[in-house]
Amino acid sequence: MINRKTLLELGWILPSIAIPVGMLVAVIVSAFGMMIHVPSDEGTILPAAIDSTPPFDQPGVLRQVGPNQYEVAIVAQIWVFNPREIRVPAGAEVTFVATSRDVIHGLDIEGTNVNVMLIPGRITRQNAIFKEPGVYRFVCHEYCGAGHHLMFGQIIVEEP
Amino acid sequence: MATVSTEINPQLRTVHRLTAAFIAVALVSLAIANVPALFQAFDRAGFNLYPYARPVIRTYYQGLTIHGVLNVLVWTIFFLSGFFPFVTVYALGRPLASMRLGWIAFWVMLGGLVLAAIPIFANTATVLYTFYAPLQASPAYYIGLTLVVVGTWLIGLDILLTWRAWRRENPGRVTPLAVFGTLATYALWTIASIGLAVEMLFLLIPWSLGIVDTVDPLLARTLFWFTGHPIVYFWLLPAYVSWYAMIPRLAGGRLFSEPMARLAFLFFVLYSIPVGLHHQFSDPGIGGGIKLLHTFMTFAVFFPSLLTYFNVSASIETAARLHGGTGWVKWVRNLPWGNPAFTGQVMGMFLFVPGGISGLTNASYNVNQAIHNTTWVVGHFHLTVGGAVTLTFMATTYWLIPYLTGRALWGRRLAVAQPIIFFVGMAMWSETMHRLGLESTPPAHVPVPGSLVRERVGPEPDPAPHRRPDHVRGRRPLLRDHHHDAGRVARAGAGGGAAGAAGRGRQPRAGAEAAR
Repeated sequence: MINRKTLLELGWILPSIAIPVGMLVAVIVSAFGMMIHVPSDEGTILPAAIDSTPPFDQPGVLRQVGPNQYEVAIVAQIWVFNPREIRVPAGAEVTFVATSRDVIHGLDIEGTNVNVMLIPGRITRQNAIFKEPGVYRFVCHEYCGAGHHLMFGQIIVEEP
Repeated sequence: MATVSTEINPQLRTVHRLTAAFIAVALVSLAIANVPALFQAFDRAGFNLYPYARPVIRTYYQGLTIHGVLNVLVWTIFFLSGFFPFVTVYALGRPLASMRLGWIAFWVMLGGLVLAAIPIFANTATVLYTFYAPLQASPAYYIGLTLVVVGTWLIGLDILLTWRAWRRENPGRVTPLAVFGTLATYALWTIASIGLAVEMLFLLIPWSLGIVDTVDPLLARTLFWFTGHPIVYFWLLPAYVSWYAMIPRLAGGRLFSEPMARLAFLFFVLYSIPVGLHHQFSDPGIGGGIKLLHTFMTFAVFFPSLLTYFNVSASIETAARLHGGTGWVKWVRNLPWGNPAFTGQVMGMFLFVPGGISGLTNASYNVNQAIHNTTWVVGHFHLTVGGAVTLTFMATTYWLIPYLTGRALWGRRLAVAQPIIFFVGMAMWSETMHRLGLESTPPAHVPVPGSLVRERVGPEPDPAPHRRPDHVRGRRPLLRDHHHDAGRVARAGAGGGAAGAAGRGRQPRAGAEAAR
């Protein structure tokens, strides 16, 4: 015999399970169906050896790795990004390979999926497609000391 | 609650001084913590008051450290360290197993707080409450915070001993819900705090003392979040204990379903430990699979919160109907809105709904990248710990003060108005922070060079980094400009190209007008 109270409880509990499960399914579909992934384990690097280890020995140099696909290295340190400006052709898919020389920094490129942490000793890799020409600013979004707010730069997407 | 019961067992009263001592420290911390918040608010509104704060607050980030540590660690933890012993003593009807242990815990925690506060105010621990290595603070900061954690363990031990003594005295009796919730909270916290303890004892303290040269930043950060997410349940569960144990009674009824409440507490203990990586979805060096698992576990913690939401709401509605409430919504009028303890806690519950929902966004693996480390997250935790938990603790203070002091509240109507004002302010503020976060506004920034302050973009660093540049101060209201700005990114085709920073400042406005 199901009374009113039990019905009320079931009527709440079942959606309470269905809502998070439904959202989880959506996340899994977007991750494995649409391949929208977060940074993963991309290897380590000695902070002292950054300047002599490719690709970090040439930060900011756009290297073509495929048709309209590029890779560029960024080195973060207190309180500046190297480079502060990157120029890419419109429509390019750019993979950012980044690391930190000293403390934990962040890299957030506005209008893109690039929103990652840069941890000394670790390599971060994330890509973005720049469809529209224009200026996309990036900032360090992890507090890294007194000059934290000075850490920013821009990506200039040019007409091809 | 203005009338104070005179029939309290005098033995139980021994806990009053301990509870009062903890809550007094909590309230003083809350008051101090929110002075820098005022500076930050004015700063964002374009008024730089920091020069007037010298020499107490020297930089924006020092103010932010004071605001964060005193609110999120001291206000919450000192309050609940006073609240839980009080609840345990009155729910079990017996004094604490050891008053001495309780007082040792208090002095250890207060000593730790003072030790940590000295470098914070000396500007030698301006590392925010996350203290990510390799940013280094004075050893006193780490040792002080560790002592606060040790104190929480002592309180938990005292409560456990009290419960065991009660079990011996009352064989076969069911543990009261409030004590069940208290024990669940300390079980959760004891496991969760291991991460922080290891980080402090084996990494940060030896490193800050110079005993070891380096620490692994990723390891320290991961240990921090091992504790750093479950710690929010350490703050939240006392609010849940209060909602379950106090709210139905204040509303004039009883709890809708006690087994459901016990189940919710058990779920918290089970699910809430492996969730910390959802703060690290954007980190390198951690595999995607384990991150996805933490998404799953965080979603699982959502379930007991939904149970609580239902159970407490149902209790409130049932109570209102018992007192003549009718209709779909009209019954709301039959609730004790004149009671600050009730009104404040319900205001907290209201804030918890959007706060919990935005938390699901944070926990959603790849969706997190849209808002990671933006003001969205700041908005989120001001609704949860800064909203639901803080309002509940404030309201509970209004309920406790008459018991602890034997005096009625000085201004009862003021005590009702206060949480309502707080609710309105926090709702407006957090909504804005969420919205700015969606547009990639970074937190913890002075003049934000990203979306927030377009004019700042330029190659030259600010020579005086702690001070807002003059030309930023007179800028127009943030939201309107900001929307123009967001529009620009979407329509970046308008030939941004090699245009200079100053020129770009004008273009988006024209572009946005044209778009209309």
